[in-house]
Amino acid sequence: MPSATVAPSPIHASPPAPTTRRTRRAGGQRITNNLTGYGFLIGAILCFALFSWYPMIRGVVMSFQRTRRGVTTWVGWDNYERILQDPSFWTAWKNTAYFTVLALVLGYAVPFVVAIIFNELRHARGYLRVLIYLPVMLPPASALFLFKYYAYDPSDAGLFNAILKVMHLPTSQWMQSTSMAVPAMVLASTWMNMGGAVLIYLAALQNIPGSLYEAAELDGAGLFKRIRHVTIPQTKLILSLMAMLQVVATMQLFIEPLILANGAGTQDSATSVAYLIYQHGFFQNDLNGAAALGVIMLLVLGGFSAVYLRLSAKQE
Amino acid sequence: MSVTQYRRVAALAAVAGLGLALAACSTKGDDSSSSGDKVTITVDCMPVGSQKELLKDWNADVEAFQKLYPNITIKSVSVGAQCNNPPDFTARLAGGTVTDVFYAYMTDLQQVLDSGQAMEITQYVNKDQISTWDSISKEAKAAFSEGDKLYGIPTKNYSMGLLYNKNLFQQAGLDAKNPPKTWEEVRDAAKKIATLGNGIAGYSDYSAGNTGGWHFTAELFSQGGQVVTADGKKADFNNDLGKKVLQNLKDMRYTDNSMGSKQLLQWADLLTNAGAGKVGMFVGAPDATTAIVTQFQGKYQDWAMAPMPGQGGAAKGTLGGGEGYFFKKGLSKAQVEAGLKWLAYEKLTVGKGQFDYVRAKPENNPVGLPQPQLFIPGSDAFKADNDLKVANANVTVDDFALFANNPVPIKFEPANAQAIYAVLDSAMSAILTNPNASVDDELKKAEDKVNQALAAAAK
Repeated sequence: MPSATVAPSPIHASPPAPTTRRTRRAGGQRITNNLTGYGFLIGAILCFALFSWYPMIRGVVMSFQRTRRGVTTWVGWDNYERILQDPSFWTAWKNTAYFTVLALVLGYAVPFVVAIIFNELRHARGYLRVLIYLPVMLPPASALFLFKYYAYDPSDAGLFNAILKVMHLPTSQWMQSTSMAVPAMVLASTWMNMGGAVLIYLAALQNIPGSLYEAAELDGAGLFKRIRHVTIPQTKLILSLMAMLQVVATMQLFIEPLILANGAGTQDSATSVAYLIYQHGFFQNDLNGAAALGVIMLLVLGGFSAVYLRLSAKQE
Repeated sequence: MSVTQYRRVAALAAVAGLGLALAACSTKGDDSSSSGDKVTITVDCMPVGSQKELLKDWNADVEAFQKLYPNITIKSVSVGAQCNNPPDFTARLAGGTVTDVFYAYMTDLQQVLDSGQAMEITQYVNKDQISTWDSISKEAKAAFSEGDKLYGIPTKNYSMGLLYNKNLFQQAGLDAKNPPKTWEEVRDAAKKIATLGNGIAGYSDYSAGNTGGWHFTAELFSQGGQVVTADGKKADFNNDLGKKVLQNLKDMRYTDNSMGSKQLLQWADLLTNAGAGKVGMFVGAPDATTAIVTQFQGKYQDWAMAPMPGQGGAAKGTLGGGEGYFFKKGLSKAQVEAGLKWLAYEKLTVGKGQFDYVRAKPENNPVGLPQPQLFIPGSDAFKADNDLKVANANVTVDDFALFANNPVPIKFEPANAQAIYAVLDSAMSAILTNPNASVDDELKKAEDKVNQALAAAAK
């Protein structure tokens, strides 16, 4: 066996030092050597503890309490019961789910297709990368105000309605329409965020060895076969990661209803779960109800994350 | 990290950040309860740097006040959206970062009491502390009281009427000296103004950001209705009066097409359109014209004001509201007294602070508007304030004479008003954006939600 021919290493040749002593000394040495690193780590941990973990725990506790006259009492599941009876509760979940599904179709697929097209280009790829990334550099509020006041103006003077009119198509009320509110939010959101996703996909695509495409071409594979048999399998990991991130990010729908619809929109057509949390907490003087709704959302998103982790573990 | 965490972290970080800022100004522990000793109080709503004139006036007032009371130090704090944003206020209240003397709407009493942040000040408030106290309207005081316990000091009030653009009236062939008195006349005038085209709405109304519910309430009051029962426990708008309010709006929006196509408006949206000369009429308080001029590039000379329209006759009531200041729980007697002296000086003395018309006139801040009218008509303070206002007026008082000379009974906003308004936004938005929306269905849905919100608040 090869291992039998290997000469013993100098470490094994010398008598080993007592394990505990050596570990302690080595551990101490490591800490001393990495003192600066640990310093940064402690700072980061403290920040997470203070601004992330503590508020989360506090939120869960608040969801079982109620404060009246400055006195906080435990009320069990009362806040959850009240939130579940809110007529806007299911509407908000329905809108959020609809937004998430549409955003997966548009916001997930379109950037991938755009990245593939860019990747196939021989010229002007760099310029196009900059152009596609420009909207990401706009503050989200500014981008949404552009949509609100210019693109989604419900009169014929609105940008989109003017285009539809030129094409002899029926115009829309956009955010004022119960049926168009969610698609309009998805459209604006996709435009705002596409640049980042395109760059990530492009980076993944450029890491695929060219030899695989050459081999596929030699085998007579056309563009679509190359995408199907080379591009998609080679980017599977990043695609599944982006899908998960997309679901989690889109379920956080908040700024779009807040700005585009001035809140809930027509007959709650733009209400999202995150906006409902905000409305309960900051408009209805119901911070405990908002906390309960926040915990429900946390559980749902946690469920999605668990499913994702399980699936990716299986794939590995 | 989930959205919940993100939101909570963001909210808490904001509150914590603000808290740190305010904590730096905290006066706890550095004052003495002995009235002769040095005392420090923090007060909010200091104008921001971009409001140069207002900030200069504020600083001058603080300096003059401290000269008058050398033992009192005023620490001014500038807060988010300068006090006029309910979510900012709720965050400060929930985070325990309100200042010693803190601003609130008249509708905030319940929320402030629930938070346990305010102290009862009944025993401290009298004519010695605030010389105009006996002249201040009882209704305004009631908005800051629970039973016979006083928790806050009213400092400004308003009631609503019909604001209209004289230019557009003239262009539409309407008599600007004889504006609509009833909702039927409003409808007719709106139709005529809308024919001017160019994106002009004859009449405009809110339907988002709680302002839709606020205006529904105002319009219901004008019909003689109320949004909640007298005991405040149940919704009381799903009736003929509530239906008339929504049906009027629906008819104007879709039958007459006189309200323009842009809806889901909240406070700034409507005033932006008004400033641009695109709104013929809307319901508002006199100080809406101030916002139109100072924030939205409009002109005073375009606007005039009439009393609130009624249904088939004079209005039976008009919505009144306003603002004031609470005192943070745990203040010493000396701090409360110092706070009262500050409010008396800055907000409630004729000729000083907000009533300093001699200073306001050359700064082009409006003088001559009929409100705030905090003092009881006929009282000494009322007369003195009125005389000073007339002597220094820089807006045309005649433009507001119809409103001022034909007072409509004021009905103040109900408890839990903001929660009710949030629900009623939905009914307003439905009627103004969906031609197929049913007035009956929308009122029923809103009634159920308001009843649920009131039951939750009562628990």
